[in-house]
Amino acid sequence: MKFLVCISNVPDTTAKITFTEGKTLNSAGIQFIINPYDEIALTRALELKEAAGGGTVTVVHVGPSSVEPTIRKALAIGADDAVRINADPADAFFVASQIAEFARKNNFDLILTGRESIDYNSAQVAGMLGELLGLPSVCVVTKLDINGTEALLEREIDGGKEMLNCSLPFVLSAQKGMAEPRIPNMRGIMSARTKPLQVIEPVAVIPLTQSLKYDLPPAKQSCKMVAPDKMDELVGLLHSEAKVI
Amino acid sequence: MSVLVFAENWEGKFKKSTFEAVSYAHAIAKQLSTGTVALAIGPVNEEDLKNLGKYGADKVISVRQEQLNNFDAQGFSSVIIQAAQKEAATVVVISYTYTGKNISGRVAAGMKAGLVAGTTALPSAISPFTVRKKCFSGKALTDVVVSSETKVLALTPNSFSVVSMEGSAIVESFDPKFKEGAFRTRVKEVKKNSDKVVLTEAELVVSAGRGMKGPENWGMIEDLANQLGAGLACSKPVADMDWRPHHEHVGQTGITIGPNLYVAIGISGAIQHLAGVSSSKVIVVINSDPEAPFFKAADYGVVGDAFEVVPRLIAAVKNFKAGHS
Ligand SMILES: Cc1cc2nc3c(=O)[nH]c(=O)nc-3n(C[C@H](O)[C@H](O)[C@H](O)COP(=O)(O)OP(=O)(O)OC[C@H]3O[C@@H](n4cnc5c(N)ncnc54)[C@H](O)[C@@H]3O)c2cc1C
Ligand SMILES: Nc1ncnc2c1ncn2[C@@H]1O[C@H](COP(=O)(O)O)[C@@H](O)[C@H]1O
Repeated sequence: MKFLVCISNVPDTTAKITFTEGKTLNSAGIQFIINPYDEIALTRALELKEAAGGGTVTVVHVGPSSVEPTIRKALAIGADDAVRINADPADAFFVASQIAEFARKNNFDLILTGRESIDYNSAQVAGMLGELLGLPSVCVVTKLDINGTEALLEREIDGGKEMLNCSLPFVLSAQKGMAEPRIPNMRGIMSARTKPLQVIEPVAVIPLTQSLKYDLPPAKQSCKMVAPDKMDELVGLLHSEAKVI
Repeated sequence: MSVLVFAENWEGKFKKSTFEAVSYAHAIAKQLSTGTVALAIGPVNEEDLKNLGKYGADKVISVRQEQLNNFDAQGFSSVIIQAAQKEAATVVVISYTYTGKNISGRVAAGMKAGLVAGTTALPSAISPFTVRKKCFSGKALTDVVVSSETKVLALTPNSFSVVSMEGSAIVESFDPKFKEGAFRTRVKEVKKNSDKVVLTEAELVVSAGRGMKGPENWGMIEDLANQLGAGLACSKPVADMDWRPHHEHVGQTGITIGPNLYVAIGISGAIQHLAGVSSSKVIVVINSDPEAPFFKAADYGVVGDAFEVVPRLIAAVKNFKAGHS
């Protein structure tokens, strides 16, 4: 089995987000990590490879060389090799097109992404990859098992869960529940340094969207305090002032 | 030219998020001086199809094929793309539900259309086509310019108000074509949550955290939710400790919601929790600690012991309902 895991590089969940002139993210003091959902996808791919007693797990990232520490972390967790496509990840279509081009030449059995990246939050790369490669795609997957060439999946749907089958190859996006992320051990960290990290040049793709500017959400007006024994007053405010009930 | 909206249904019934999406599509069609076409896949009755006219659809395309009875991302996306081509749609609107997340990327890539996923507002400009969306888990907003000729917009549920008008849509049936082997997923089983109100669609949400001390104390939380007709949510540790089912967990790693009212009881307001609820229109925080960070994100705050405050709040809601019925 050949697995491909797409990883993105995002600010740590606790990072305070600010921008310079509304254009560029202030990265000073921000720790960048593997997108948490991508880490879940990576861990499940490694578990399935181990259970099968063979196979390879490749990670791919579209981004500049400054992201290599994050890629090395994925290798330390246990990926066999990594590919960096040397381009700015301009938009989801650009990223998906680059990964699709690489995947087309390499016949992966399963391509995994995270449910969404916690920076751009578009949740789109998996579906786009499926379409570009002509493969099925299943998003927000909470369980994954593989039996021969058949995968058994559980995914979230509005108001419940759905169990489904899909034959390999296909693309999925991983949600919490699929695996518990692994913390790299010393051996992993040491061996990550010597594992192959191939850099390939992008193909020409014109992005279809562009983020013009960024804003911070308007600050909340100060919170109106209501005494704990005045719940009738709170309900009254929610009705007449906030107009939500 | 037209604006095409995918009118999602659940077991043959349209959801509220569908009416929001149709209303949104209609508003964009007005901006573009064109018509609104809705696409329904599956067994929706004629009356309900026509009724989409009340939300602004001029025409409804109805697709009924046996192989589409179960959801398949590839199959559904192909139908939407074919309908968009047939209707010469320049904008395609899809609700950003779980189904929407499964198909919007496919539809966009298939049409080489720029996609804004998770938008909450109408385009702020038509030329260049500019749409606002949240990013960095709600910590920031960005204006996205879509440069392709066709655009796909995935609308966050609960972010656009349903508009009602007079009208009845024309209904047309449509038979899309599929390539051999286009449906490779097979649904085995669907497990529905037993909740009365689906969390992602709820207008009001009551949520509780570790401050509730244990699962045995959720009776009053459920009671409050029932009285308000609200959905139930919880913080991550509460789901991790199995006090509550995982599908109630909201936040960075759980569900993202944007109800009109979010009542947070015994939740500290960690940044990862806020990531999932910060788009709520009104936030009420009940916490015994006046320094709890959640108060900074709240509209109304009550400093007090949940075990005393919640029963009083339930009584006050009952009182209010008695006075307004
Ligand atoms: C990568 C990552 C992702 C995460 N994702 C999420 C997520 O998606 N969702 C999420 O919720 N968390 C998430 N967390 C965890 C988050 O950081 C917090 O730990 C969590 O939200 C705290 O839950 P809590 O508020 O219920 O509990 P606590 O932080 O323990 O807060 C309990 C609160 O209850 C109050 N309280 C106690 N007794 C009473 C009483 N009798 N009456 C009233 N109030 C009382 C206390 O004052 C306190 O403020 C994540 C963390 C990480 C690192
Ligand atoms: N620059 C990138 N390189 C590789 N994979 C990415 C990149 N950006 C996003 N992805 C993958 O696509 C998923 C969804 O991202 P997004 O569509 O941005 O929410 C992520 O969880 C990653 O698995």
